[in-house]
Amino acid sequence: MLAIDGSFLDFKQLDLLALRQTPVHRLDPRAKVLTTLCFIICVVSFDRYQISAMLPFLIYPAVLMAVGDLPFGYIMRKIVIVIPFALMIGLFNPIFDRQVLMQIGSLDIWGGWISCISILIRAILTASAAIILVAITGFPAICEALEKLKMPQTFAVQLLFLYRYIFVLTDEGVRTARARQLRTFGKRGLGIRHFGSLVGHLLLRTWERAERIHMAMLARGFAGEIHSTRRQSHFGRTELLFMGGWISLFILLRLYNAPQLLGGLFTGTMP
Amino acid sequence: MSHHIVHVKNLQHTYPDKTVALRDVSFLIHHGESVGIIGANGAGKSTLLLHLNGYLSATSGEIIIGDDQLSKETLPEIRRTVGMVFQDPEDQLFMPTVYDDVAFGPLNLGLSADETETRVMEALQRVGAVELRDKPPYHLSGGEKKRVAIATVLSMLPEILVLDEPTNGLDPQARRQLIALLQAFHHTRIVTSHDLDMILELCERTIVLHEGKIMADGPTLDIFNNEELLKTCRLEKPFAMQGCPVCSPDKRPLVSQPPLVPPHSSKPHDHEH
Repeated sequence: MLAIDGSFLDFKQLDLLALRQTPVHRLDPRAKVLTTLCFIICVVSFDRYQISAMLPFLIYPAVLMAVGDLPFGYIMRKIVIVIPFALMIGLFNPIFDRQVLMQIGSLDIWGGWISCISILIRAILTASAAIILVAITGFPAICEALEKLKMPQTFAVQLLFLYRYIFVLTDEGVRTARARQLRTFGKRGLGIRHFGSLVGHLLLRTWERAERIHMAMLARGFAGEIHSTRRQSHFGRTELLFMGGWISLFILLRLYNAPQLLGGLFTGTMP
Repeated sequence: MSHHIVHVKNLQHTYPDKTVALRDVSFLIHHGESVGIIGANGAGKSTLLLHLNGYLSATSGEIIIGDDQLSKETLPEIRRTVGMVFQDPEDQLFMPTVYDDVAFGPLNLGLSADETETRVMEALQRVGAVELRDKPPYHLSGGEKKRVAIATVLSMLPEILVLDEPTNGLDPQARRQLIALLQAFHHTRIVTSHDLDMILELCERTIVLHEGKIMADGPTLDIFNNEELLKTCRLEKPFAMQGCPVCSPDKRPLVSQPPLVPPHSSKPHDHEH
């Protein structure tokens, strides 16, 4: 339980990072959102046995982290959280896909292994891009950008509320779990049946809170639309340059396998 | 709108499950008055408050705020006039930053960005929270949250402030700060609480609710001196009005309470000899 506790407290640090003032922090959120989206699409669209062509994409998170002055270790720890999920997806590939794709000495490398590693790299790339986006933009600004990019306001507001109350909800969840833990004396308690009612309670409490929040909103004149004071953001030349530069690089890297080309340059055998 | 009167006439409320929460409640509050509403758990305090800004509608009876009778048409104006500060600031602070939260009301009132900015800064200054403006609410301490929650209401320039258990969950110093802050306001104030010491400091008039009925309505001191009334309503004199049991133990017969300090240091099993 403590682990969950800790990782969520950490989340708040992500918010603090977003308050920094660096050239990438100052960019219009829309530019960052679109560039990251493009990055993710490029990475995800690679062939499933592709590894080498994806590696140059690491340059995007690396550069942003450096310019955005983000703590490397902290971002890494966030990324590590998603790795188990990616592994779960790729886990059975080596078992089912035994087609030999290459040989290193007398060792046969099955396609399954390669696709598994490929999934892992994809996960690391996309997760790091997303986390860095939040760290250099801040979640509310991302929602605002999405709204300006014509996402319906309802969704933007949903996302904002999710982000706002995830802390409150986890707090409640952690407290409930602690109360259970303290009275089960290291045993399993009543097992899974128990968890059903626990989660049910959490749902009810969430429901009640939602009602109270709605009440507080009505009391301040809420009539179905959230007006926010737009932060002064301006889509100017810097943004265009940022987007244009990165997106053309992504497309180039997507179309041409840079490591292979580079290798070919040295060995003199163009593919 | 010159007197900002809160006039509640024969208010009755029955919940859908047939629980009668308020029975024939009537009172009149004038401009600038500070009124405490006290009562045991389930006495109907919260239900009463929720009527004052039209969140709940009365089963029968009427409510007049200023010159307007509470109805669908007057609801927006009444919600602006009656600033409601809820018990849990977590519920009241739902926007990403303190600034956005305080600006929420004014923007809903249709004010321009500039006007809103002035209102927000004034409200934050009033509660001493200007430096918190860009923080997200979950980075605030309990006392800060409460003060910001009050600012979210002040920015709408309400004439009447309604506070539900304002000192709940605050540490002694934050509580003290909050009381000082509320004392400085010249709004009409309606405060519910179990913190009777706070009521004693803040409100010259008190209304006692018991099982949905008004049991007493009068000067706070008179009510707190009426021990019989307090007892029937499951209440107790504020600590400030009780003799100090440590300094002068004989002033208040604390029957069946063990002495605070054991007589000398009696060894265990002493009594067996």
